[in-house]
Parts: sequence; structure tokens; C-alpha cells
Amino acid sequence: MLSAIVFIPLIGAILVLLVPRENDRLMKQISLVASLVTFLLSLAVWTQYNRGAGGMQFVERLTWIPSIGIEYHMGIDGLSLALVVLTTLLSLVSIVYSWRIDLRPKEYFFLFLLLETGMLGVFVSLDFFLFYVFWEVTLVPMYFLIGIWGGPRKEYAAIKFFLYTLVGSLAMLLGILILYFNADPRTFNVLELIRQRPLAGKPLLATLAFWGFFLSFAIKVPMWPFHTWLPDAHVEAPTAGSVILAAILLKLGTYGFVRFSLPLFPEVFHQHALLVATLAVIGVIYGALVAMAQTDLKKLVAYSSVNHMGYVMLAVAAAAYAYGRPELADAAATALNGATMEMLAHGIITGALFLVVGVIYDDRTHTRGVDDFGGLWAVLPKYGAVSITAMFASLGLPGLMGFVAEFLIFVGSFSIIPVFTALAALGVVITAAFFLWTIQRIFLGPTNPRWVNLPDLDRREAWTLFPLVVLMIVFGVYPKPLLDIINLASSQLVAMLR
Amino acid sequence: MNWADLRWLVPELVLAAAAVALLGADLVVPADRKRWLGGLALASLVAAGAACAVVLTDLGGLGAPGVRVFADTYTVDAFAVYFKLVALAAVALVVLVSLDYFPGRTPHLGEVFSLLLFSGVGLLLMASASDLILLLLSIEFVSLSSYLLAGFLKRDPKSNEAGVKYFLYGAATTGVMAYGFSLLYGLTGSTILYDIAARLDRAGPAAYLAVGMALAGFGFKVSMVPFHQWTPDVYEGAPTPITAFLSVGPKAAGFAALVRTLSIGVPLEQVNWPVLLAALSAVTMTVGNLLALLQRNLKRMLAYSSIAHAGYVLIALAAWKSAWALQGLLYYLLAYLFMNLGAFFVAIVAAEGTGSDEIPDHAGLSQRAPWVAGAMVVFMLSLTGIPPTAGFFGKFYLFAAAVDAGLLWLAALAVANSVISLYYYVGVLRALYLMPPAAPGPVPVPAGLRVGLLVALIGTLAAGVYPQPVVTFVEVARRLLGS
Repeated sequence: MLSAIVFIPLIGAILVLLVPRENDRLMKQISLVASLVTFLLSLAVWTQYNRGAGGMQFVERLTWIPSIGIEYHMGIDGLSLALVVLTTLLSLVSIVYSWRIDLRPKEYFFLFLLLETGMLGVFVSLDFFLFYVFWEVTLVPMYFLIGIWGGPRKEYAAIKFFLYTLVGSLAMLLGILILYFNADPRTFNVLELIRQRPLAGKPLLATLAFWGFFLSFAIKVPMWPFHTWLPDAHVEAPTAGSVILAAILLKLGTYGFVRFSLPLFPEVFHQHALLVATLAVIGVIYGALVAMAQTDLKKLVAYSSVNHMGYVMLAVAAAAYAYGRPELADAAATALNGATMEMLAHGIITGALFLVVGVIYDDRTHTRGVDDFGGLWAVLPKYGAVSITAMFASLGLPGLMGFVAEFLIFVGSFSIIPVFTALAALGVVITAAFFLWTIQRIFLGPTNPRWVNLPDLDRREAWTLFPLVVLMIVFGVYPKPLLDIINLASSQLVAMLR
Repeated sequence: MNWADLRWLVPELVLAAAAVALLGADLVVPADRKRWLGGLALASLVAAGAACAVVLTDLGGLGAPGVRVFADTYTVDAFAVYFKLVALAAVALVVLVSLDYFPGRTPHLGEVFSLLLFSGVGLLLMASASDLILLLLSIEFVSLSSYLLAGFLKRDPKSNEAGVKYFLYGAATTGVMAYGFSLLYGLTGSTILYDIAARLDRAGPAAYLAVGMALAGFGFKVSMVPFHQWTPDVYEGAPTPITAFLSVGPKAAGFAALVRTLSIGVPLEQVNWPVLLAALSAVTMTVGNLLALLQRNLKRMLAYSSIAHAGYVLIALAAWKSAWALQGLLYYLLAYLFMNLGAFFVAIVAAEGTGSDEIPDHAGLSQRAPWVAGAMVVFMLSLTGIPPTAGFFGKFYLFAAAVDAGLLWLAALAVANSVISLYYYVGVLRALYLMPPAAPGPVPVPAGLRVGLLVALIGTLAAGVYPQPVVTFVEVARRLLGS
């Protein structure tokens, strides 16, 4: 089942390659079908996942390179299940949005589907070698998506993205190898390594391996000060690329922290938790302040990602700091629930926000300066409603998904690292300020006469945006189904960290 | 001499006979039929490959220990067979693309194939030689045919320059190596590696000097800094199929000879050569990568990249105490065969289609030859070390050996170098995919090149996705080396 979910997009990608060059409609249909089937299969896993049992399910395990203990090993738990569904949903949405792509469509849809396979593979791999393969597979399509279909500075942004993330990946590879050679028996099996914790008695190697993983994940998240690739990549990427970048690729980093760094190196992470928390808080406040200063709407959303991912990292750092203190276990579980919830919320909300930017920029105004608009809500009522809902969700308005996540993060973290949490709460105020100010400048006030004849959302755009908005509201009001699944993973993780 | 021992030499004999036959046939076959000579060359290579398989069965299968023949001067073991197969594959692929490259450039097509086969004979000998004199002769054999091949296009001044430079540099380093060998002989009274190992005790600094001088010759063959200066000029000037051959064939055989000489002839207690090679590895990969960054000419870029890759492979000798080291070296050279030959084959297509070796002139090739450009993506990513390619698994192996041997600093340096290399490899992809085409119309790909490219592509991907069969072979080769 998991293999089908991971590889159906790849099969679609290969089929796209075989379609004759002129027939771009067929390429789009193949992509749509592949991503739709993948999405439906992931929903099937969602409903079939046994909530009573928890833990890793749908496990697939085959020998691959037995001489050195590498296996084809996949499985899914609450954490990865939520992220897999997020990935299949947003890939589907992005492909629908990309229907209008007419520049080199064959390469575009091939790369997009290949990217989906890479991302899904990362979330379900339980063997470090397999994980690393998928992790790297995500880099290449993104390089080309930015480099070919991107904005004016696309080449610079694309290679910067590639170089930054490759530095991190290779550092992680060394970390993986250190783990492998210190394990007994030697293995790349993630669950076995977590059980063994081969570096527990070797502080120097553990520290080196921890920072190797840290570098990789921190660049991906991105944490301050490793974030500088992000604004470039986001601003230059085509709309659907930005959506995937923000909604999924950044989550690979936070997922890595929760899935690997916490359980593999709890002692080392505990020692450095306050440093990580400091970087997280800087990211929260710095991201919010820089976002406030932007006049380019896309850049504004990009920096708001730095801010939001800072919350996730705050919660992760709090959970790490709670290691070895059983009385804080509940708080740590809450923080981790919040972190995972924020990953999903940020995925849906920021994905929607990049689509909002794309809708106005790609096909209508070809400008995205925050000051170039005014009174747009009166002209585009549907578009205005959707955009404003997404922005409210992003600033954490109660009743929407972002609020639930941030609330849990702050409640959980406050009992563990109160000072950092209080400082991070400042970020919420700034975020609220710049989103409200943006809404005011774009949607309210006197109507800019240049845009009075703009058409409102068409059917395709509505189909991409409405589902996301509905999810923001539904999970904002009733997050229980999501939290139940997430909590299964978090409580298990915290039990290991006690 | 025991004549029955000649059966261990069947692959070499088949190839040598074919090479001589080709030389004669070139005089009598009419010009428009000379492509058939290539077919003969390919057939002899396949026959030699089959003979290698027979040799392996005669040994008693993959797991059986090797044999020493001709008074211990020649060793046939799984390690040697592995390198022979790699060398034969390299020669075969190069013959294949030469079928389309040389007609029109030279009338002496048969000589090209003959020289390639002779050079192949030398490579087979290098993989097995366990005697210093035989080793020196086989290296010279490869070198002499390579000098001729590099300068084969007589009317092309760059090809001439390549031949002469290669010759002068090769002669000098071989001289130094011969001096080193003579020191080893003087210290031990033998030229046979097994005897040298037994008698090299208490040699002291003289042994270091001898090994250092011997390294000059090996370093020349594998493009190790500081014996690398010939590489860019020769790579740029030589006919591209020959460049492709030089980058994989002599390099692989050079490593085979280096490994056998050091691991069998020079005990670690006498000369701590892993430390020496750790330093050389670090310098080689860094120099190669930094200079590759500056190149605009694809062949020169691949030349510096080939220096950098020699640096990565040297990690194996630096991390010798890890069981992964030699396995990594063996695997890497196979991966390098596929990905680097593939890259040079694409370079041939691009140069024929655009009339230039400059990377910016290859702009937009993805729209003029989509499958060739797609293959180049795989080769460049594989050279960078991005999965799921053979290049990744090779690097994974070598980095693992470094970590296992406690050489974390060398692994970290290799990682930094891999990141640097991404920049220039992706620079090629940038030209192919991101820049608009300089001229319209599809680029033609001749049949021989098409087959060569396909083999390289499949090899690069298959060895990356499912490396277990190769891993099995290299494990055995490592375990049985010198036994």
C-alpha cells in the first residue's frame, strides 16, 4: 500500500515522458489521475490506520542490499500519516493549479510527479539509506522547477537552494554513517537504531552526529540563520513550486527533528535545547519583523514561513528540554502535538497563501506589490474572502486551524521554557500586525482604478483554493480527528524520552 | 615454465591476437569497409570477457582463492578478474563510439581499434602483475599505445600537443617510478611483490623514499596531484573517445596496480602508506574541484573532475584498515566507468551538434536532443553523488570507509568537495536546460553512440538502484586479494 502511494506518481511521471510532445493535454490528465489516485490511496490509509494499536503500521520490509544491512523498509505512524495526506493533497492541488502551464509541460509535470514520489518516500522510510535516497530525490526536481519556470532571478535562486540543501544532506549522511558504525549489530534500520541508541555512551561522536543531522534539518526548516535560501527560492519559484516548497519541503526538516533527532540523540538535544530554542525565537521575531517590512506579497508570505516554522522549532526544543524530567512529559506531548499541528496548518494555510498570490500575479495583474492594490475586495469578492480567511488563519485567529496549533505549542512550551515562549508570543503580535496591515492595503480602502475590471476566481482556481479554506475552518473548529492521530505518535515519542 | 599456466592468460592472448590481426587487416581492407574492423574488435573484446568468466570458473568460482603463475610474477584472482572486466567494458564502449567518430577524421580506422586493443592488453596485464618489472612493462605498454591514440589526429594541432605532452610527462614519471622500483629491489633483492613484503623489514627511511618515488608513476596514471598537470591539456586535445578511454581505463588499472603493489608488497609495519595517501587524497580532491570550478570547456572541466574523483578513490587507500575501503574503491571505479564514459559520450554528441566544446555553446540541448540531455542529467548527478545513481553509492561506500577508519576529517573534506562539485556539474545542466537553444533543430545521434550512451545510462542507474550483485563481487575480491 505504501509502495503504491509512493511510486504511483513516479509511474505517472514516466508515462508523461512517453507522451508525444504536442499532446500536453494528455500529460496533464495523466498527472491529474496519478496524483488523484495517490491522494485517494492515502485517504484509504488514513481511514484504515488502526488507532487503537498506534505505532508503525502498513509495514513493508524487503531485503535490498543485505551485505551491508540495507533494507527496503517502510511504515507509517500518526506523524507520518498526517504529513503523507498533506503531501498528496497539496500535490493534487498544485497539479490542478498548474493546468495553465504551457512552457515545456512534459518536463514540468514529470518533475512535479517525481518530486511527489521523493516527498512521500521521505515520510514513510524506516531505513536510513532509503530515507536518504528519497531525501535527495526531492532536491533535483525543485532545482529545475525553480530554474526553468521561475521568475527573473531563477538561476541564482535555484542553485542557491540546491547548494544549501546539499550541504545539509551530506552532513546528515556522515551522521547516519557514524550511527551505523557504532551500532551493534550494524544497521540502517531507524527503529532498531532508536531502540539501541548506539551513541548514548559516546558524547563526542553523539554531538558530531547530532549537529550533522541538525545542519541538514535546520537548513530545510529553515531556522535562522540558515534561512537565506528561502526568500530567494520562494520568490523566484513558480506558484505551484512555492506551494510545495512551503507546504511540504519545509516540513521535511521539522519532521526530521521529531522523527530522528529527538529519539536518537535525546541527551545531546537536551544539552543544546536552549540554543535551539534561542534560534527558534530569533526566527519567530526576525521572520515576523522582516515580513512586516516587505512590499512584495510573495516575499512577505515567504518570511512569514520563517516565523511560523520558528514556532514548530520552539515546541521541538521544548520537548527536547523536557527529556529526563517525567513531570514535564505531558507538557512535552502537548508541545509536540502543537508542533505537528502547526506543520499541517502551515502547510494548508501557506500553501493557500501562495496560491492567493499566484492567482492575482500569474494571470491577472503581473504585479504583487502590496501597495499596488487597494479596495480589491469590492472588485473580487470571492477572491477577497478566500485570501482574507487564509491570512486570518495564518495570524492565528481563533476558530481557524493556525490558532489550534499555536495554542498547543504555547501551552506545551510555556511549562517547560517559559521565557522563550513568552518572547515567541511577541511574534504572534507582529504577525497579526503585518497581516492586518496587508489586508488593509490590498483589500480595503479606496479601489485602485487600474484593477476594476479584473475577473474573480474561475472554476479551476476555486477548486484549488476552496478545499484548503474549508479545511482551515473545519480543523479550526473541530481539530479532534487530526489531533487523535497526531497524539498517538507524540505520546509514544514522549514515552521514549521520559 | 609450465605451459599449462598459459590458460590463465587466455583473455590477454585473445586480445593481443586480435590487435595484431587488425593491424594487418587495416592494410588490405578497403576504406568503405573499415567499420567492420570495429566489429571484429568488439567480438574479440566479448571473447576476452568470456575468457575472463572461464578463468573465474577455473579458479573454482567467485569464492575461490587466486593462483600465482610464472614464478609468482603473475597473480590471477577475483580482484584481477574484476579489473579485467572493467577494462574490457571500457575498451568495448570506446570502440563502439569510435565507429562513428573516427571515419572522416582519419583513414586509418583499423589502427585506432588495434591500438585500443593493445592498450586493453596492457590494462589486463596491469591488473594481475605481481612483479615490479612486469608491472613497469605493462604500464609502459598502456602508456605507449595511449600516447599514440592521444595524438592520433595528425592534422589537428591540439591532438598533436596532447600526444607530445602526454608522452613527455609519462616518460618522466615512469623514470621516477623505475628508480623507486630499483630502490625496492636494492633493499630486498627481489622484484616479486610477495618476496619484497617478506624482506622489507628494517628498511627504514629508504623504504619510504622508494614508495614515494613509485607513487609518481601510479599518480601519473590515475591523475593524482601533484602528477596531474598533463590531464587537462591531454583531455582537451585528444580525440574525445580517446579522452573518455583515458579517463576510465588506465585510471582503473592504475588503481588496481597501486592497490596490489602497496597492499601486498609494502607491509603497513614498514611504511605507513595510508597516512601518506590520506594527505594526497585530500590535496587531490580539493585541487581538482577548485580548478574545475573555473572551466568553461566541457572536456577540461571533466579533466579536473577526473582529478577530483581520483582524490575520492584515494580515500579507500587512506582508510585501508576498514573492510569497506577496498570494496568502495572497486565499486567506485565501476560506477565511474559508466558515469564518466556517459558524460564524455554526451560531450561528443554536443560537440558534433554545436561544433564546440564550450559549455555555454551547448545551451538548450535539452530541446534539441531531449534523451541525450536527460542522460546527461543522470551522469552529472551521479558524478556529484546524488542518489539513486551508481556515483552516490560509490561515494557512500568510500565515505563510510573513512568514517569506519576514524578519518572523520577526510570524510568531512570529501563532503565539502562534493558540494563544490555540484556547482560545476549543475553548471552543465544549467546550460542544457535553463538556457534557450542557440540554434533550432534536432541534434543527430549516430547509432554506435546511441548504444554506448544507453549502456552507460543503464549501468549508472542499475548499479545505483540495485548494487547488491556488484557488492557481492567486490566483497569477495577484497577478501581474497593476495591470498
